Amino acid sequence: MHITQGTFSYLPPLTDEQIGAQVQYALDNEWALSVEFTDDPHPRNFLWEMWGLPMFDLRDPAAILLEVTRCREAYPARYIRVNAYDRRLGRQTTALSFIVQRPKHEPGFRLERQEGPDRQVRYTLHAYATDRGAGERYER
Amino acid sequence: MTAIETAPRDAATDRWSSGVIPYAQMGYWQPDYVPKDSDILCAFRITPQEGVPPEEAAAAVAGESSTATWTVVWTDRLTAYEHYQAKAYKVDPVPGTPGQYIALIAYELDLFEEGSIANLTSSIIGNVFGFKALRALRLEDMRIPLHYVNTFQGPPHGIVMEREYLNKYGRPLLGATTKPKLGLSARNYGRVVYEALRGGLDFTKDDENINSQPFMRWRDRYLSSMEAVNKAMAETGEIKGHYLNVTAGDMEGMYERAEFAKELGSIVIMLDLTVGFTAMTSMSKWARRNGVLLHLHRAGHGTYTRQKNHGVSFRVIAKWCRLLGVDHIHAGTVVGKLEGDPNMVKGYYDTLRKGRIERDPMHGIYFDQNWGSMPGVMPVASGGIHAGQTHQLIHYLGEDVILQFGGGTIGHPMGVAAGATANRTAVELIIQARNEGRDYFTEGPEILRAAGRWCSPLRAALDVWGDISFNYESTDTPDVVTTSTPV
Repeated sequence: MHITQGTFSYLPPLTDEQIGAQVQYALDNEWALSVEFTDDPHPRNFLWEMWGLPMFDLRDPAAILLEVTRCREAYPARYIRVNAYDRRLGRQTTALSFIVQRPKHEPGFRLERQEGPDRQVRYTLHAYATDRGAGERYER
Repeated sequence: MTAIETAPRDAATDRWSSGVIPYAQMGYWQPDYVPKDSDILCAFRITPQEGVPPEEAAAAVAGESSTATWTVVWTDRLTAYEHYQAKAYKVDPVPGTPGQYIALIAYELDLFEEGSIANLTSSIIGNVFGFKALRALRLEDMRIPLHYVNTFQGPPHGIVMEREYLNKYGRPLLGATTKPKLGLSARNYGRVVYEALRGGLDFTKDDENINSQPFMRWRDRYLSSMEAVNKAMAETGEIKGHYLNVTAGDMEGMYERAEFAKELGSIVIMLDLTVGFTAMTSMSKWARRNGVLLHLHRAGHGTYTRQKNHGVSFRVIAKWCRLLGVDHIHAGTVVGKLEGDPNMVKGYYDTLRKGRIERDPMHGIYFDQNWGSMPGVMPVASGGIHAGQTHQLIHYLGEDVILQFGGGTIGHPMGVAAGATANRTAVELIIQARNEGRDYFTEGPEILRAAGRWCSPLRAALDVWGDISFNYESTDTPDVVTTSTPV
């Protein structure tokens, strides 16, 4: 399967040049960029691991792309996303967030149904990847 | 009696004599009045009957919507009536439209109960709209002072919280209304919901008139829709929702349906405007307490918002709904099948989303409005829109909006899921192009066409609907432009 979280998951994978253009847009808006990675793709897992702190003072897209490259080298088999953060009053939240690397094989999710009375069902999403230990989930 | 008696009388001696005197002489016309920061201000479009001076008509509106009745009453003198009287303080002719005037009226804050849209509207649009001395009357805009704003809860969650909850940023959200609106069984209904969500939409929606009919009772619809929502989440790894319409014949029924939706794990419920302001307010508080998003369908609003000379402008309805608190509200598409001049729609969207709005006659905004820290409402664009218009939709409506392609998803020749994929891909393409600094409004059709080479659902959508548009003149347009603005 193909996890479709993030702003551009229905497009072909972004090239570094295309990533750089999005980063430039974020910088033009005075948004701080950050890089995050995970091997737990549950849609409610918003706490991906931080690749360092948000880069509040970096203004050069090339420098931010370099951090993406370093993160890819360190975690070649995990999801990596680039976030842009808008600190302005009234927003104070993420403005843009898109996946820039995904594992070669995405096993997807199992939908567990716990049947209750009156035809009610309790649903739980279970990521197959998390059956394995942290750090081993997408290794072959 | 053909018109209100307007013979001059000596105000000092005759103000309290029994009988009928002009409203203007009763203190409701005060051209020198300087509104206070805490006053509620209204802009009314008035069309006086022949022979009624516009100042008197404005004073009559001020009087009838605040303390006055048709004749002098001595019991006014038991009150600090100067304080409670609404004051008409400005009347200007509408350019290019003889017989119409814009009257500005200031209302003292003490006239209104805190946190009650029912009370506010019972005064401001209570008796006065049937008043014989006026041929027509329209409430164009209101300035709600921050003092009064802060007595309301506002949206249960608001745009920022909704995006964080959904984990979706940087693009419009996408929805679709299940079609046909009426007649599907619960199982067929769930099929449409599932296909639309797994194909790439964020939300699907009950239509306004889907409540609990013989062909599908509410409980069965909720169960099948939630199966579809959860299955689509497993297929995509994204959070999905279906607006479960909890509109019912009584409050007890609405609470019962909302509780059941929450128990099933639904992240969102919906209401119709037809339930009334107090019922909406109660459900807003329920939605805040229970962590469920609240979607509002503006069913019925066209009966009083559309005609330019009489009724209530939608921008006023939008303000009331932001105060009483909804997370989503339908607010126009510009390019779709329903009424909406681009300038007026911009005014509605600003009213719903921004923290501060400045007076802007071009967009139909008569007053500065400060919302303090009250969260914004996510506007919904729905009705006759399709993937081929995505560049126009993003140009006019921005990214904090839910684009709802109902027919434009479900009517796709390759199926519902393909329709959803076409819409989602189109949105991501145009956002990408916009962020890259391209002239996406002009190049939009070309950008979408080019992507059709690798995205066959998008190509098929453009082949079917690429040339469909609804170019009719709007009835509700800004006074400052003489003809409606072409899209």
